[in-house]
Amino acid sequence: MSSVLVYALHKDGVINKNSLGAISEGTRVAGELGGQCDVVVVGGADLTDETLAALGNYGASKVYKVDGPEGLSQPVIDAMAQLIKTNGYSNALFGGGLLGFEIGAGLAARLEAGVTMEVTAIRVENGKAVAERPILQDSQISTSTYRGDVGIIIGRINAFEVKETGGTAAVEQLPVDFSPFSLKAKMVTRGEQRGADVNIEDASVLVAGGRGLGEAEGFKMCDDLAEVLGGAVAATRAVVDAGWFPYAGQIGQTGRAVAPKLYFAAGISGAIQHKVGMQGSENIIAINKDSNAPIFEFSDLGIVGDLNKILPKLTEALAAKKAG
Amino acid sequence: MKICVLVKQVPDAAVDKRIDPATGRLDRSGEANLNPYDTHAIEAAMQIREGGVTPVEEIVAVTMGPAGSERALHKAVSLGADRSIHLSDDALAGSDVAATGYSLAKVLESENPDLVLLGQQSDDGECYTIGAVVADHLQMPSLTQVVKMDLADKVATCERQAEYGYDTVAVELPAVISVGDAINEPRYPSLKAIMGAKKKPLDVKAAADVGIDAGKVGVDGSQVSCGDFKAPPSKESGRIIEDEDTNETVAEIVAWLEERKLIA
Repeated sequence: MSSVLVYALHKDGVINKNSLGAISEGTRVAGELGGQCDVVVVGGADLTDETLAALGNYGASKVYKVDGPEGLSQPVIDAMAQLIKTNGYSNALFGGGLLGFEIGAGLAARLEAGVTMEVTAIRVENGKAVAERPILQDSQISTSTYRGDVGIIIGRINAFEVKETGGTAAVEQLPVDFSPFSLKAKMVTRGEQRGADVNIEDASVLVAGGRGLGEAEGFKMCDDLAEVLGGAVAATRAVVDAGWFPYAGQIGQTGRAVAPKLYFAAGISGAIQHKVGMQGSENIIAINKDSNAPIFEFSDLGIVGDLNKILPKLTEALAAKKAG
Repeated sequence: MKICVLVKQVPDAAVDKRIDPATGRLDRSGEANLNPYDTHAIEAAMQIREGGVTPVEEIVAVTMGPAGSERALHKAVSLGADRSIHLSDDALAGSDVAATGYSLAKVLESENPDLVLLGQQSDDGECYTIGAVVADHLQMPSLTQVVKMDLADKVATCERQAEYGYDTVAVELPAVISVGDAINEPRYPSLKAIMGAKKKPLDVKAAADVGIDAGKVGVDGSQVSCGDFKAPPSKESGRIIEDEDTNETVAEIVAWLEERKLIA
Protein backbone atom coordinates (compact mmCIF):
# COMPACT_ATOMS: atom_id res chain seq x y z
CA MET A 1 0.00 0.00 0.00
CA SER A 2 1.41 3.36 -0.96
CA SER A 3 0.27 5.55 1.86
CA VAL A 4 2.07 8.28 3.78
CA LEU A 5 2.50 8.54 7.55
CA VAL A 6 3.12 12.02 9.00
CA TYR A 7 4.34 12.81 12.51
CA ALA A 8 2.60 15.85 13.97
CA LEU A 9 4.53 17.91 16.51
CA HIS A 10 2.48 19.66 19.18
CA LYS A 11 2.60 21.54 22.44
CA ASP A 12 -0.14 22.64 24.82
CA GLY A 13 -2.69 20.83 22.69
CA VAL A 14 -1.89 22.79 19.52
CA ILE A 15 -0.46 21.17 16.40
CA ASN A 16 2.65 22.83 14.92
CA LYS A 17 2.21 24.77 11.69
CA ASN A 18 5.05 22.93 9.97
CA SER A 19 3.34 19.65 10.77
CA LEU A 20 0.10 20.94 9.22
CA GLY A 21 2.14 21.74 6.09
CA ALA A 22 3.53 18.20 6.15
CA ILE A 23 0.00 16.76 6.40
CA SER A 24 -1.11 18.84 3.40
CA GLU A 25 1.95 17.73 1.43
CA GLY A 26 1.60 14.11 2.59
CA THR A 27 -2.01 14.13 1.41
CA ARG A 28 -1.02 15.44 -2.01
CA VAL A 29 1.77 12.84 -2.38
CA ALA A 30 -0.44 10.01 -1.09
CA GLY A 31 -3.07 11.02 -3.62
CA GLU A 32 -0.57 10.61 -6.44
CA LEU A 33 0.62 7.30 -5.01
CA GLY A 34 -2.94 6.04 -4.77
CA GLY A 35 -3.07 5.82 -0.98
CA GLN A 36 -3.99 7.95 2.00
CA CYS A 37 -2.24 10.21 4.48
CA ASP A 38 -2.37 9.18 8.15
CA VAL A 39 -0.99 11.06 11.13
CA VAL A 40 0.57 9.96 14.41
CA VAL A 41 0.84 12.01 17.60
CA VAL A 42 2.52 11.00 20.84
CA GLY A 43 1.52 12.95 23.92
CA GLY A 44 -0.73 13.55 26.85
CA ALA A 45 -4.29 14.48 27.66
CA ASP A 46 -4.13 18.02 26.25
CA LEU A 47 -4.56 16.57 22.77
CA THR A 48 -8.32 16.27 22.43
CA ASP A 49 -10.04 14.01 19.93
CA GLU A 50 -11.61 17.16 18.54
CA THR A 51 -8.19 18.72 17.76
CA LEU A 52 -7.03 15.50 16.16
CA ALA A 53 -10.19 14.94 14.09
CA ALA A 54 -9.74 18.49 12.76
CA LEU A 55 -6.51 17.36 11.05
CA GLY A 56 -8.87 15.99 8.40
CA ASN A 57 -9.19 19.61 7.31
CA TYR A 58 -5.61 19.33 5.99
CA GLY A 59 -6.24 15.98 4.34
CA ALA A 60 -5.50 13.41 7.05
CA SER A 61 -7.57 10.21 6.81
CA LYS A 62 -6.70 8.69 10.15
CA VAL A 63 -4.98 10.03 13.25
CA TYR A 64 -3.27 7.58 15.61
CA LYS A 65 -3.05 8.87 19.15
CA VAL A 66 -0.35 7.36 21.34
CA ASP A 67 -0.10 8.06 25.06
CA GLY A 68 3.53 8.82 25.87
CA PRO A 69 6.16 11.40 26.68
CA GLU A 70 6.05 14.58 24.61
CA GLY A 71 8.87 16.39 22.89
CA LEU A 72 11.29 13.44 22.73
CA SER A 73 12.18 11.52 19.60
CA GLN A 74 12.62 7.90 20.60
CA PRO A 75 9.06 7.11 21.80
CA VAL A 76 7.83 8.47 18.45
CA ILE A 77 10.28 6.21 16.59
CA ASP A 78 8.76 3.21 18.40
CA ALA A 79 5.22 4.29 17.48
CA MET A 80 6.01 5.00 13.83
CA ALA A 81 8.04 1.80 13.36
CA GLN A 82 5.11 -0.19 14.75
CA LEU A 83 2.60 1.55 12.46
CA ILE A 84 4.78 1.16 9.37
CA LYS A 85 5.29 -2.55 10.10
CA THR A 86 1.56 -3.18 10.55
CA ASN A 87 0.09 -0.83 7.93
CA GLY A 88 2.92 -0.82 5.38
CA TYR A 89 3.33 2.88 4.58
CA SER A 90 5.60 3.70 1.66
CA ASN A 91 6.74 7.00 3.14
CA ALA A 92 7.18 8.71 6.49
CA LEU A 93 7.09 12.49 6.32
CA PHE A 94 8.15 15.22 8.76
CA GLY A 95 7.62 18.96 8.59
CA GLY A 96 11.17 19.68 9.70
CA GLY A 97 12.53 21.00 12.94
CA LEU A 98 14.82 19.38 15.43
CA LEU A 99 12.51 16.59 16.53
CA GLY A 100 11.65 15.68 12.93
CA PHE A 101 15.35 15.24 12.15
CA GLU A 102 15.89 13.01 15.17
CA ILE A 103 12.81 10.87 14.64
CA GLY A 104 13.36 10.51 10.89
CA ALA A 105 17.00 9.46 11.30
CA GLY A 106 16.28 7.04 14.14
CA LEU A 107 13.42 5.54 12.15
CA ALA A 108 15.76 5.03 9.18
CA ALA A 109 18.08 3.05 11.46
CA ARG A 110 15.23 1.01 12.93
CA LEU A 111 13.65 0.12 9.57
CA GLU A 112 16.91 0.03 7.57
CA ALA A 113 15.33 2.59 5.29
CA GLY A 114 16.66 5.57 3.37
CA VAL A 115 16.29 9.09 4.76
CA THR A 116 16.64 12.53 3.20
CA MET A 117 16.61 15.75 5.20
CA GLU A 118 16.09 19.44 4.33
CA VAL A 119 13.71 18.39 1.56
CA THR A 120 12.06 21.28 -0.30
CA ALA A 121 10.00 19.38 -2.89
CA ILE A 122 8.53 15.90 -3.37
CA ARG A 123 7.60 14.34 -6.70
CA VAL A 124 6.12 10.99 -7.63
CA GLU A 125 8.05 9.10 -10.31
CA ASN A 126 7.28 5.52 -11.41
CA GLY A 127 4.91 5.08 -8.51
CA LYS A 128 7.46 6.13 -5.88
CA ALA A 129 8.11 9.38 -4.06
CA VAL A 130 11.43 11.10 -4.80
CA ALA A 131 12.71 14.02 -2.76
CA GLU A 132 14.58 17.16 -3.78
CA ARG A 133 17.09 18.60 -1.38
CA PRO A 134 19.28 21.70 -1.73
CA ILE A 135 22.92 20.94 -0.87
CA LEU A 136 26.25 22.74 -0.50
CA GLN A 137 24.81 25.97 0.92
CA ASP A 138 21.87 25.77 -1.50
CA SER A 139 24.15 26.01 -4.53
CA GLN A 140 22.75 22.77 -6.02
CA ILE A 141 19.68 20.59 -5.74
CA SER A 142 20.08 16.84 -5.40
CA THR A 143 17.32 14.29 -5.98
CA SER A 144 16.95 11.33 -3.61
CA THR A 145 15.46 8.09 -4.85
CA TYR A 146 14.61 5.35 -2.40
CA ARG A 147 15.44 1.69 -2.87
CA GLY A 148 13.59 -0.18 -0.17
CA ASP A 149 9.92 -0.37 0.76
CA VAL A 150 9.99 2.77 2.91
CA GLY A 151 11.36 6.23 2.12
CA ILE A 152 11.75 8.75 4.94
CA ILE A 153 11.42 12.42 4.05
CA ILE A 154 12.27 15.25 6.45
CA GLY A 155 11.15 18.59 5.08
CA ARG A 156 12.94 21.85 5.45
CA ILE A 157 11.11 24.18 7.79
CA ASN A 158 8.34 26.15 6.00
CA ALA A 159 8.87 24.09 2.83
CA PHE A 160 5.33 22.71 2.66
CA GLU A 161 2.31 24.91 2.28
CA VAL A 162 -0.63 24.47 4.65
CA LYS A 163 -3.78 23.78 2.61
CA GLU A 164 -7.24 23.52 4.11
CA THR A 165 -9.40 21.06 2.26
CA GLY A 166 -12.24 20.50 4.71
CA GLY A 167 -12.99 17.12 6.23
CA THR A 168 -12.66 15.19 9.46
CA ALA A 169 -10.15 12.47 10.31
CA ALA A 170 -10.92 9.27 12.19
CA VAL A 171 -9.10 9.19 15.53
CA GLU A 172 -7.81 5.91 16.91
CA GLN A 173 -6.01 5.27 20.19
CA LEU A 174 -2.91 3.17 19.54
CA PRO A 175 -1.17 1.18 22.27
CA VAL A 176 2.62 1.10 21.82
CA ASP A 177 5.20 -0.91 23.74
CA PHE A 178 8.07 1.54 24.05
CA SER A 179 11.62 0.18 23.84
CA PRO A 180 13.33 0.33 27.25
CA PHE A 181 15.98 2.74 25.94
CA SER A 182 13.29 5.06 24.57
CA LEU A 183 12.25 5.93 28.10
CA LYS A 184 15.76 6.66 29.38
CA ALA A 185 15.60 10.30 28.32
CA LYS A 186 13.16 12.31 30.42
CA MET A 187 11.85 15.79 29.76
CA VAL A 188 12.51 18.02 32.77
CA THR A 189 11.18 21.30 31.33
CA ARG A 190 9.95 21.89 27.81
CA GLY A 191 9.80 25.07 25.76
CA GLU A 192 11.21 27.41 28.38
CA GLN A 193 11.29 31.05 27.24
CA ARG A 194 14.43 32.89 28.29
CA GLY A 195 14.88 36.63 28.42
CA ALA A 196 12.43 39.42 27.71
CA ASP A 197 9.49 39.04 25.37
CA VAL A 198 10.08 40.81 22.08
CA ASN A 199 7.67 40.91 19.18
CA ILE A 200 9.41 40.48 15.85
CA GLU A 201 6.69 38.83 13.81
CA ASP A 202 4.61 41.97 13.25
CA ALA A 203 7.51 44.32 12.42
CA SER A 204 7.78 45.52 8.83
CA VAL A 205 11.45 46.36 9.37
CA LEU A 206 13.84 44.11 11.27
CA VAL A 207 17.43 44.82 12.20
CA ALA A 208 19.00 41.48 13.10
CA GLY A 209 22.33 41.05 14.82
CA GLY A 210 24.74 38.10 14.74
CA ARG A 211 28.11 37.10 16.14
CA GLY A 212 29.76 39.78 14.03
CA LEU A 213 28.51 42.38 16.53
CA GLY A 214 31.38 41.17 18.70
CA GLU A 215 29.66 41.52 22.07
CA ALA A 216 26.22 41.91 23.65
CA GLU A 217 26.71 45.69 23.78
CA GLY A 218 26.89 45.67 19.98
CA PHE A 219 23.10 45.36 19.95
CA LYS A 220 22.93 49.04 20.95
CA MET A 221 23.86 49.85 17.33
CA CYS A 222 21.00 47.64 16.11
CA ASP A 223 18.57 49.27 18.57
CA ASP A 224 19.51 52.73 17.31
CA LEU A 225 19.19 51.79 13.65
CA ALA A 226 15.88 49.97 14.26
CA GLU A 227 14.49 53.00 16.02
CA VAL A 228 15.24 55.38 13.18
CA LEU A 229 13.90 52.85 10.63
CA GLY A 230 10.77 52.30 12.70
CA GLY A 231 11.49 48.61 13.16
CA ALA A 232 12.33 45.97 15.73
CA VAL A 233 15.53 44.10 16.61
CA ALA A 234 16.06 40.37 16.14
CA ALA A 235 18.99 37.94 16.47
CA THR A 236 20.61 34.70 15.34
CA ARG A 237 20.70 31.50 17.37
CA ALA A 238 24.41 31.91 18.07
CA VAL A 239 23.97 35.18 19.95
CA VAL A 240 20.81 34.00 21.73
CA ASP A 241 22.70 30.93 22.97
CA ALA A 242 25.52 33.26 24.04
CA GLY A 243 23.00 35.20 26.13
CA TRP A 244 23.31 38.46 24.16
CA PHE A 245 19.64 38.61 23.15
CA PRO A 246 16.34 37.11 24.36
CA TYR A 247 15.09 33.89 22.83
CA ALA A 248 11.82 35.47 21.69
CA GLY A 249 13.79 37.53 19.15
CA GLN A 250 15.52 34.59 17.50
CA ILE A 251 15.14 34.01 13.77
CA GLY A 252 15.73 30.68 12.08
CA GLN A 253 15.21 26.96 12.18
CA THR A 254 14.54 26.74 15.92
CA GLY A 255 13.32 30.32 16.29
CA ARG A 256 10.75 32.30 14.39
CA ALA A 257 10.24 32.67 10.68
CA VAL A 258 9.74 36.24 9.48
CA ALA A 259 9.10 38.01 6.20
CA PRO A 260 9.36 41.78 6.78
CA LYS A 261 9.56 44.45 4.07
CA LEU A 262 13.16 45.13 5.08
CA TYR A 263 15.58 42.73 6.76
CA PHE A 264 18.83 44.34 7.82
CA ALA A 265 21.42 41.71 8.77
CA ALA A 266 24.29 43.03 10.85
CA GLY A 267 27.24 40.69 11.37
CA ILE A 268 25.30 37.60 10.30
CA SER A 269 27.08 34.99 8.20
CA GLY A 270 23.85 33.52 6.81
CA ALA A 271 23.96 29.82 7.72
CA ILE A 272 21.12 27.72 6.27
CA GLN A 273 19.50 27.46 9.71
CA HIS A 274 19.20 31.25 9.75
CA LYS A 275 18.28 31.60 6.09
CA VAL A 276 15.19 29.39 6.38
CA GLY A 277 13.77 31.82 8.92
CA MET A 278 14.15 35.01 6.88
CA GLN A 279 14.51 34.25 3.17
CA GLY A 280 10.94 35.36 2.52
CA SER A 281 11.86 38.97 3.40
CA GLU A 282 11.11 41.47 0.62
CA ASN A 283 14.38 43.39 0.79
CA ILE A 284 17.55 42.08 2.42
CA ILE A 285 20.60 44.20 3.29
CA ALA A 286 23.63 42.58 4.86
CA ILE A 287 26.76 44.02 6.41
CA ASN A 288 29.60 41.60 7.07
CA LYS A 289 33.36 41.97 7.10
CA ASP A 290 33.83 38.59 5.41
CA SER A 291 33.22 38.91 1.68
CA ASN A 292 32.74 35.12 1.47
CA ALA A 293 29.84 35.09 3.97
CA PRO A 294 26.94 33.06 2.50
CA ILE A 295 24.49 35.85 3.38
CA PHE A 296 25.76 37.86 0.40
CA GLU A 297 24.42 35.14 -1.89
CA PHE A 298 20.84 35.96 -0.96
CA SER A 299 21.07 39.65 -0.12
CA ASP A 300 19.71 42.38 -2.36
CA LEU A 301 22.35 44.76 -1.11
CA GLY A 302 25.56 43.50 0.47
CA ILE A 303 28.09 45.70 2.23
CA VAL A 304 31.53 44.25 2.86
CA GLY A 305 32.93 46.28 5.73
CA ASP A 306 33.16 47.00 9.43
CA LEU A 307 29.69 47.38 10.96
CA ASN A 308 31.13 49.34 13.88
CA LYS A 309 32.03 52.08 11.42
CA ILE A 310 29.01 51.84 9.13
CA LEU A 311 26.02 51.34 11.45
CA PRO A 312 26.45 54.50 13.60
CA LYS A 313 27.00 56.66 10.51
CA LEU A 314 24.01 55.14 8.76
CA THR A 315 21.80 55.73 11.79
CA GLU A 316 23.02 59.31 11.96
CA ALA A 317 22.37 59.90 8.25
CA LEU A 318 18.85 58.44 8.47
CA ALA A 319 18.08 60.50 11.58
CA ALA A 320 19.28 63.66 9.82
CA LYS A 321 17.10 62.83 6.84
CA LYS A 322 14.05 62.38 9.05
CA ALA A 323 14.71 65.65 10.83
CA GLY A 324 14.46 67.15 7.36
CA MET B 1 34.06 6.19 32.28
CA LYS B 2 34.96 5.91 28.64
CA ILE B 3 33.96 8.56 26.11
CA CYS B 4 33.99 7.97 22.36
CA VAL B 5 33.91 11.06 20.15
CA LEU B 6 32.80 10.65 16.54
CA VAL B 7 34.74 12.88 14.19
CA LYS B 8 34.90 13.44 10.47
CA GLN B 9 37.39 14.76 8.00
CA VAL B 10 35.87 17.40 5.73
CA PRO B 11 37.16 19.59 2.93
CA ASP B 12 38.71 22.75 4.31
CA ALA B 13 36.18 25.58 4.66
CA ALA B 14 38.25 27.74 2.33
CA VAL B 15 37.98 25.17 -0.48
CA ASP B 16 35.08 25.47 -2.91
CA LYS B 17 33.02 22.32 -2.46
CA ARG B 18 31.75 20.52 -5.53
CA ILE B 19 29.96 17.34 -6.49
CA ASP B 20 31.93 14.97 -8.68
CA PRO B 21 29.55 14.49 -11.64
CA ALA B 22 30.90 10.97 -12.28
CA THR B 23 30.07 9.56 -8.84
CA GLY B 24 27.44 11.95 -7.49
CA ARG B 25 29.51 12.29 -4.34
CA LEU B 26 31.32 15.20 -2.78
CA ASP B 27 34.74 15.71 -4.33
CA ARG B 28 37.00 15.16 -1.32
CA SER B 29 40.30 15.75 -3.06
CA GLY B 30 42.35 18.73 -1.95
CA GLU B 31 42.89 20.22 1.49
CA ALA B 32 41.04 18.49 4.29
CA ASN B 33 40.63 19.14 7.97
CA LEU B 34 38.76 18.04 11.09
CA ASN B 35 35.11 19.06 10.87
CA PRO B 36 35.05 22.28 12.94
CA TYR B 37 31.81 21.23 14.70
CA ASP B 38 33.57 18.12 16.04
CA THR B 39 36.07 20.20 18.01
CA HIS B 40 33.18 21.18 20.32
CA ALA B 41 32.49 17.50 21.05
CA ILE B 42 36.15 16.85 21.91
CA GLU B 43 36.20 19.94 24.09
CA ALA B 44 33.04 18.74 25.87
CA ALA B 45 34.78 15.42 26.60
CA MET B 46 37.85 17.25 27.91
CA GLN B 47 35.73 19.45 30.16
CA ILE B 48 34.10 16.35 31.70
CA ARG B 49 37.56 14.90 32.32
CA GLU B 50 38.94 18.14 33.75
CA GLY B 51 35.77 18.89 35.72
CA GLY B 52 36.74 16.13 38.14
CA VAL B 53 33.16 15.12 39.07
CA THR B 54 33.15 12.07 36.80
CA PRO B 55 36.48 10.29 36.34
CA VAL B 56 37.22 9.73 32.65
CA GLU B 57 39.58 6.84 31.95
CA GLU B 58 39.71 7.25 28.24
CA ILE B 59 38.65 9.52 25.37
CA VAL B 60 38.67 7.75 22.01
CA ALA B 61 38.24 9.54 18.67
CA VAL B 62 36.48 7.46 16.01
CA THR B 63 36.16 8.22 12.34
CA MET B 64 35.00 6.51 9.19
CA GLY B 65 36.51 7.68 5.95
CA PRO B 66 38.92 7.01 3.13
CA ALA B 67 42.68 6.67 3.56
CA GLY B 68 44.05 10.05 4.54
CA SER B 69 41.44 10.63 7.25
CA GLU B 70 44.23 10.17 9.82
CA ARG B 71 44.73 13.90 9.56
CA ALA B 72 41.42 14.53 11.34
CA LEU B 73 42.27 11.90 13.96
CA HIS B 74 45.67 13.49 14.65
CA LYS B 75 43.91 16.79 15.17
CA ALA B 76 41.39 15.14 17.49
CA VAL B 77 44.19 13.57 19.51
CA SER B 78 46.07 16.88 19.67
CA LEU B 79 42.90 18.37 21.19
CA GLY B 80 42.78 15.77 23.94
CA ALA B 81 41.74 12.29 22.76
CA ASP B 82 43.95 9.48 24.11
CA ARG B 83 43.82 7.29 21.04
CA SER B 84 41.88 6.95 17.83
CA ILE B 85 40.19 4.46 15.53
CA HIS B 86 39.96 4.76 11.78
CA LEU B 87 37.29 2.65 10.13
CA SER B 88 38.46 2.45 6.55
CA ASP B 89 37.27 0.09 3.88
CA ASP B 90 36.56 0.49 0.17
CA ALA B 91 33.30 -1.37 0.76
CA LEU B 92 32.05 1.60 2.82
CA ALA B 93 32.51 4.23 0.11
CA GLY B 94 29.26 5.87 -0.93
CA SER B 95 27.35 4.88 2.23
CA ASP B 96 24.31 7.04 2.97
CA VAL B 97 23.51 8.49 6.40
CA ALA B 98 21.82 5.33 7.63
CA ALA B 99 24.65 3.05 6.43
CA THR B 100 27.31 5.37 7.87
CA GLY B 101 25.53 5.45 11.23
CA TYR B 102 25.23 1.66 11.22
CA SER B 103 28.96 1.27 10.48
CA LEU B 104 30.00 3.69 13.22
CA ALA B 105 27.67 1.92 15.66
CA LYS B 106 29.47 -1.36 14.92
CA VAL B 107 32.82 0.24 15.83
CA LEU B 108 31.30 1.68 19.01
CA GLU B 109 29.85 -1.71 19.98
CA SER B 110 33.37 -3.09 20.14
CA GLU B 111 34.44 -0.16 22.35
CA ASN B 112 31.50 -0.25 24.73
CA PRO B 113 31.56 3.44 25.72
CA ASP B 114 29.56 5.10 28.53
CA LEU B 115 29.09 8.22 26.46
CA VAL B 116 29.24 8.92 22.74
CA LEU B 117 29.72 12.56 21.78
CA LEU B 118 29.57 14.15 18.35
CA GLY B 119 29.24 17.57 16.73
CA GLN B 120 25.90 18.99 15.68
CA GLN B 121 26.58 18.64 11.97
CA SER B 122 29.32 18.07 9.49
CA ASP B 123 30.67 21.02 7.59
CA ASP B 124 30.20 19.27 4.26
CA GLY B 125 27.11 17.09 4.07
CA GLU B 126 25.08 19.20 6.51
CA CYS B 127 23.49 16.15 8.12
CA TYR B 128 22.32 16.72 11.67
CA THR B 129 21.22 13.19 12.09
CA ILE B 130 24.03 10.69 12.43
CA GLY B 131 23.73 10.66 16.24
CA ALA B 132 20.12 9.50 16.11
CA VAL B 133 21.04 6.67 13.72
CA VAL B 134 23.95 5.52 15.88
CA ALA B 135 21.81 5.66 19.06
CA ASP B 136 19.08 3.47 17.62
CA HIS B 137 21.59 0.79 16.62
CA LEU B 138 23.26 0.92 20.03
CA GLN B 139 19.84 1.01 21.75
CA MET B 140 20.86 4.05 23.73
CA PRO B 141 18.93 7.22 24.53
CA SER B 142 20.02 10.19 22.46
CA LEU B 143 19.69 13.94 22.15
CA THR B 144 21.03 16.37 19.54
CA GLN B 145 22.00 20.06 19.51
CA VAL B 146 22.84 20.11 23.22
CA VAL B 147 24.24 23.49 24.36
CA LYS B 148 24.71 22.73 28.07
CA MET B 149 25.47 19.40 29.70
CA ASP B 150 25.95 18.50 33.38
CA LEU B 151 26.99 15.00 34.29
CA ALA B 152 26.21 13.44 37.67
CA ASP B 153 25.35 9.93 38.84
CA LYS B 154 25.27 8.49 35.33
CA VAL B 155 22.73 11.06 34.18
CA ALA B 156 23.51 13.84 31.71
CA THR B 157 21.24 16.82 32.26
CA CYS B 158 21.15 18.51 28.89
CA GLU B 159 19.74 21.76 27.62
CA ARG B 160 18.95 22.58 24.06
CA GLN B 161 16.79 24.78 21.92
CA ALA B 162 13.90 23.02 20.27
CA GLU B 163 10.81 24.23 18.47
CA TYR B 164 9.14 25.92 21.42
CA GLY B 165 12.06 27.29 23.42
CA TYR B 166 14.67 25.71 25.69
CA ASP B 167 14.19 22.08 26.70
CA THR B 168 15.96 20.49 29.65
CA VAL B 169 16.24 16.72 29.30
CA ALA B 170 17.74 14.21 31.75
CA VAL B 171 19.45 11.46 29.75
CA GLU B 172 20.53 8.23 31.44
CA LEU B 173 23.96 6.92 30.40
CA PRO B 174 25.14 5.18 28.30
CA ALA B 175 23.89 7.70 25.74
CA VAL B 176 24.64 9.37 22.43
CA ILE B 177 24.77 13.17 22.68
CA SER B 178 25.40 15.55 19.83
CA VAL B 179 26.53 18.96 20.98
CA GLY B 180 25.82 22.36 19.46
CA ASP B 181 28.58 24.84 18.76
CA ALA B 182 27.37 27.09 21.60
CA ILE B 183 28.30 24.50 24.24
CA ASN B 184 31.91 25.66 24.59
CA GLU B 185 34.86 27.45 23.02
CA PRO B 186 37.24 24.73 21.84
CA ARG B 187 40.85 25.16 22.91
CA TYR B 188 43.75 25.43 20.52
CA PRO B 189 46.14 22.48 20.65
CA SER B 190 49.58 23.19 22.07
CA LEU B 191 52.58 22.74 19.82
CA LYS B 192 53.65 19.84 22.04
CA ALA B 193 50.26 18.16 21.62
CA ILE B 194 50.42 18.59 17.85
CA MET B 195 53.89 17.07 17.72
CA GLY B 196 52.88 14.22 20.03
CA ALA B 197 49.62 13.37 18.24
CA LYS B 198 51.21 11.04 15.71
CA LYS B 199 52.73 8.95 18.50
CA LYS B 200 49.37 8.14 20.12
CA PRO B 201 47.78 4.76 19.18
CA LEU B 202 45.74 4.79 15.98
CA ASP B 203 43.92 1.58 15.06
CA VAL B 204 42.87 1.09 11.47
CA LYS B 205 39.94 -1.26 11.17
CA ALA B 206 38.28 -2.82 8.14
CA ALA B 207 34.54 -3.44 7.93
CA ALA B 208 34.91 -7.14 8.74
CA ASP B 209 37.02 -6.40 11.85
CA VAL B 210 34.01 -4.88 13.60
CA GLY B 211 31.40 -7.23 12.14
CA ILE B 212 29.85 -4.89 9.58
CA ASP B 213 27.46 -6.68 7.22
CA ALA B 214 28.84 -5.72 3.79
CA GLY B 215 25.35 -5.93 2.31
CA LYS B 216 24.20 -3.00 4.43
CA VAL B 217 26.88 -0.48 3.47
CA GLY B 218 28.43 1.26 0.49
CA VAL B 219 26.58 2.34 -2.61
CA ASP B 220 24.76 -0.97 -3.01
CA GLY B 221 23.81 -1.31 0.63
CA SER B 222 22.44 2.21 0.94
CA GLN B 223 18.69 2.65 0.73
CA VAL B 224 18.78 6.09 -0.78
CA SER B 225 20.75 7.35 -3.72
CA CYS B 226 21.37 10.95 -4.67
CA GLY B 227 21.68 12.11 -8.21
CA ASP B 228 20.18 14.24 -10.92
CA PHE B 229 22.01 17.31 -9.65
CA LYS B 230 20.76 20.63 -10.90
CA ALA B 231 21.12 24.31 -10.14
CA PRO B 232 18.44 25.89 -7.98
CA PRO B 233 16.11 28.47 -9.53
CA SER B 234 18.40 31.43 -9.96
CA LYS B 235 17.84 34.53 -7.93
CA GLU B 236 19.09 37.76 -9.39
CA SER B 237 22.29 38.40 -7.50
CA GLY B 238 22.30 41.49 -5.34
CA ARG B 239 24.62 44.44 -5.48
CA ILE B 240 27.80 44.27 -3.41
CA ILE B 241 29.58 47.36 -2.09
CA GLU B 242 33.08 47.12 -0.65
CA ASP B 243 33.26 49.75 2.04
CA GLU B 244 36.20 52.02 1.27
CA ASP B 245 34.80 55.45 2.03
CA THR B 246 32.18 54.97 4.74
CA ASN B 247 30.42 58.28 4.03
CA GLU B 248 29.97 57.20 0.43
CA THR B 249 28.81 53.72 1.47
CA VAL B 250 26.24 55.21 3.84
CA ALA B 251 24.97 57.57 1.11
CA GLU B 252 24.52 54.57 -1.20
CA ILE B 253 22.59 52.61 1.44
CA VAL B 254 20.33 55.61 2.12
CA ALA B 255 19.68 56.05 -1.61
CA TRP B 256 18.92 52.34 -1.96
CA LEU B 257 16.45 52.48 0.93
CA GLU B 258 14.82 55.61 -0.45
CA GLU B 259 14.41 54.11 -3.88
CA ARG B 260 12.44 51.24 -2.30
CA LYS B 261 10.49 53.56 -0.01
CA LEU B 262 11.83 51.84 3.08
CA ILE B 263 12.56 54.94 5.10
CA ALA B 264 9.83 55.60 7.60
